[in-house]
Parts: sequence; C-alpha cells; structure tokens
Amino acid sequence: MRRSIRIQAEAFDPLEVAGDLHRDNPGVGAVVSFLGLMRDLNQGRRVLSMTLEHYPGMAEKALRRIVEEAAERWPLQAVSVVHRVGELRPQDPIVLVMVASSHRGDAFRACEFIIDFLKTRAPFWKKEQTEQGEHWVEARSNDLASELRWRARDDR
Amino acid sequence: MIKIRYFARLREHLGTADEQMALTPEIRDLAALTEQLRRRGGVWSEAFGGEQSVMMAVNEEVADAAQPLRDGDEVAYFPPVTGG
Repeated sequence: MRRSIRIQAEAFDPLEVAGDLHRDNPGVGAVVSFLGLMRDLNQGRRVLSMTLEHYPGMAEKALRRIVEEAAERWPLQAVSVVHRVGELRPQDPIVLVMVASSHRGDAFRACEFIIDFLKTRAPFWKKEQTEQGEHWVEARSNDLASELRWRARDDR
Repeated sequence: MIKIRYFARLREHLGTADEQMALTPEIRDLAALTEQLRRRGGVWSEAFGGEQSVMMAVNEEVADAAQPLRDGDEVAYFPPVTGG
C-alpha cells in the first residue's frame, strides 16, 4: 500500500495530493477524501484565526499507526494524510485524508475511520483567536463517541 | 535523567515547555511522577489536581498511570487532543 503522512505549516493543494495517490496505479477504482476547513464561527464566537500546535514525532507516529490500522481492516491501495500546523485563517484547509481502493465501500469506510481516530488520538491542539480574546479549543465528547463506535463495528 | 514535555494549554499554564529530571527510585511509574509534579504546588497542583483531564505519553506512545519509567525516557503531558 502506498502511504504518505505529512505535517506541515504550508498550505496544500488537495488535487495535487489526489494525483499523487492514484498516478500509475490502475488498480485504484475509488478515491474518497475528507477535507477539514477552518470555520469562521465556533460555538457562537467569531473566529479570526487559529494556531495549531502539535507534538513533533509523536504526531507522525500516531497518524502512521491509524493508517496501518485502517489498512488491516480494509484492502486499500493508497492513503494520504496531510495536517497543517501553525497559523490558519478561516477557509484554510486544516486536514486532508484521502484513501484509494479498488472499490468505493472500503475507501469510504477507511476514510471515516482515519479521520475519527485522528480526532481523538493524534496529538494536535487548536487555539482560537476571537474578538473576545484567545482560548484553547476543548475536546468534544462526540468525537470520542465517533471513535468508540468503530470498536463495536465489524463492517470491514 | 528523564525529559518531561508539556504541550498546549498545559504548557502555557505551567509556563514551561520541557524540563530534565533525575530519575529517583521513588519515581517508578507515571503515577509517581505525576504525584511528584502535583506536590510542587501552585499551578502544578492545579494542572495535576484532577480537575482537568491530562493525557500522558512515554516515548511518543500514549501511556497510563501504571507505565513504568526508565532512565532516558521522554514523558509528555498534554490536554485531550483537538486536531483535525
């Protein structure tokens, strides 16, 4: 399986990532992606900018492990994960998970699995700058629920 | 020696990103290390007093309180993650 994990401060082009994923790989029949963007409104507050911190080393390792777990569950041809760090503005892409497989079902499920586990296991933290000042974003209990759901499922 | 790293809100609250600490026989596991940090008082007892959820890692792997510590380990404390 082709795999690419990137953590970077620079912006990225999702179409370029897509091209790299299935180029010269005629076994790929489906590409499914999740693109997370920065919103300008969170819990009723207008967000001007965001700073993303991560634990270098551990973040890459955690993402690699999540991708390996997905590859054990479903037959995948390629996976690419790109996560930005540093300063972000509304509408900036934050994260891209792109999965290529022979058939769409495996790609859809693996893509959701990877983003769900990324949200609860990969060491990244968001801090928002709003008109009322700045604050760290709180972890959401429904993100944990999304991860736990996979433990009960066996729709590989 | 062990290295201890702090991230995000915890790093700001404690006013430190990392420190080195001699590994004494009392610090046999993460639970003992956390208790030692909490006893520093002030912001340390606030951070490790149990009010706020704190995650731990040893050598870049998530770990629980029972995780034994060895010389040269890198320990990290951080809030629940919010990436993606």
